[in-house]
Amino acid sequence: MQLSLGPVLYNWAPERWRDFYFRVADEAPVDVVSVGEIVCSKRSPFFAEHLPEVIERLQRSGKQVLLGSLILVSLRRERRQTEELCAIDGAMVEVNDLTCLKSIEGRPHAIGPFVNIYNEASAAFHVRQGAARICLPPELPVSSAAVIAAALPEAVIEMFAFGRVPLAISARCYHARLHKLSKDNCRFVCEKDPDGLALKTLDRQDFLTINGVQTLSHACTNLIGDIENLREAGIGSLRLSPQDCDMVEVAKAFRDMLDGRRDAEDAGGRLSELYPGVAFANGFLRGQPGFSLARA
Amino acid sequence: MELICPAGTPAALRSAIEAGADAVYCGFNDETNARNFPGLNFSRDELRKGIALAHGRGKRILVAINTFPRAASVALWRRAVDDAVAAGADALIVADIGLMDYVARQHPDQRLHVSVQAAAANPDAIAFYVETFGARRVVLPRVLRVSEIAEITRETTCETEVFVFGGLCVMAEGRCSLSSYATGKSPNMQGVCSPASHVAYEETAKGTTSRLGGFTINRFAPREAAGYPTLCKGRFSTALGDGYIFEDPVSLDATTLLKGLQAAGVAALKIEGRQRGRAYIESVVRHFRRALDTLEDGSEADIASLKPFTEGQSSTLGAYRKTWR
Repeated sequence: MQLSLGPVLYNWAPERWRDFYFRVADEAPVDVVSVGEIVCSKRSPFFAEHLPEVIERLQRSGKQVLLGSLILVSLRRERRQTEELCAIDGAMVEVNDLTCLKSIEGRPHAIGPFVNIYNEASAAFHVRQGAARICLPPELPVSSAAVIAAALPEAVIEMFAFGRVPLAISARCYHARLHKLSKDNCRFVCEKDPDGLALKTLDRQDFLTINGVQTLSHACTNLIGDIENLREAGIGSLRLSPQDCDMVEVAKAFRDMLDGRRDAEDAGGRLSELYPGVAFANGFLRGQPGFSLARA
Repeated sequence: MELICPAGTPAALRSAIEAGADAVYCGFNDETNARNFPGLNFSRDELRKGIALAHGRGKRILVAINTFPRAASVALWRRAVDDAVAAGADALIVADIGLMDYVARQHPDQRLHVSVQAAAANPDAIAFYVETFGARRVVLPRVLRVSEIAEITRETTCETEVFVFGGLCVMAEGRCSLSSYATGKSPNMQGVCSPASHVAYEETAKGTTSRLGGFTINRFAPREAAGYPTLCKGRFSTALGDGYIFEDPVSLDATTLLKGLQAAGVAALKIEGRQRGRAYIESVVRHFRRALDTLEDGSEADIASLKPFTEGQSSTLGAYRKTWR
């Protein structure tokens, strides 16, 4: 089974972002790395400067690089960015919005977790269009994933296995709104929260995480105890979504688990050390509420 | 501009037509549509009769088959498509790409509308649906400004349809798993958002607390009206303050924007609310019929307030106004 690293969803400082990928290139036991700013088009210019260097370094270390496309494309500038992304040679695009499909039809590409693929017929459509990899929507239960994987042995089917779950995208920026700013003059206040801004209920229950125009879960998906189940379902790749913790060590814990060097309890304990104070969840896998955690 | 009205029951369908709808949209009573609520929606027989009634009055019926088929159960959704076509539906409103592919292959002459759940938010995405499946109309997400709607409509070869009244999604539709995170039930999979089965109210001396799936969504003072706990319209807490973080409990009302939408080239206006009762349908449809008629003949509108029918008795122009974002 492959390990893939999803794109950084938060607004990290550009140098930190670059250094994160340099370390991933050198040390992280992942096979695939998806890069690029996919949440907010206003942030993109900050990372664009480092992107060629990051891609080169990752590819030189033998990792397959995917170029993530913007999740919500509505402005002219965003359409242009998306078109330019699709024109880049040397790396596959990871499609996060169907806006890309016309430009890359027939060329091999990946489908990211923001495209709605809930069944084998939709997955087959995308594979006919050239999709070689599909990361399924995080809310999809493994029973559905197994049907899709069985129907499409030619594609690598991936599931979202670690990280806070992206749950919604909006045209409205909640970071800006909370700071009483407009989206157009947001002063990039989301950079203050490299692991997102915690949203609790009025009873102070942990609930959600705000990341600009995106809303994520508070709980961190963790499927390390479900690997057998995922293998049986024919899942070919596990996605690790970067959080503000040591992602290289997170990847190593998953790799150890996949290679039989750690058992589920040991690997789970290691993840709790690496990302302390955040509840783990795997409810979506079983068709249960996403925040819930069930043992296999 | 065509006025498209919701109907969750045959009685509501009749009311909508009598109140002035040009077209009515409805769905089958199962998980194939995005308002899959108990006691709501149409049997095959009811749909056939509804279509006969509408066609007799020169009106159209659009059938929403706009959830995402469950793996290994795709046949259920395909049967819904086949049955709606056989019943004489004027258009199918579809969100799933595999199901659109099925419609285009099996029923190439059937008029296909791209559901708002498909989240086609720009001309490139829309062109993909038009060129690949022959889509004739796209229902635009509620995240766009009127100027953006105009630009999209100009650049798009199919018709555009926009929401003008009712529940307002603040997140991009068809791309939201907030409800399933809290309850296990999602709009995309089960056709429900913040389902009543997972709602609880707790009354104390301090007031009423509303919960969804165990999470507190709002708290109301003793004399404050306790609204329904739709997840994204709740009051929450952050380090920067408490309140309606995503959106106030408001409904969309674009009555004052009709002229702008007409100038933007929009083909159809849609009223949300297949889950709503006949009183809502009658009043809201009549209101928009009058507003559209006065728009056509250029007279000044004297339009009754729709306040009683809005969530929290207040309304917004939503993303249509520039400052919303």
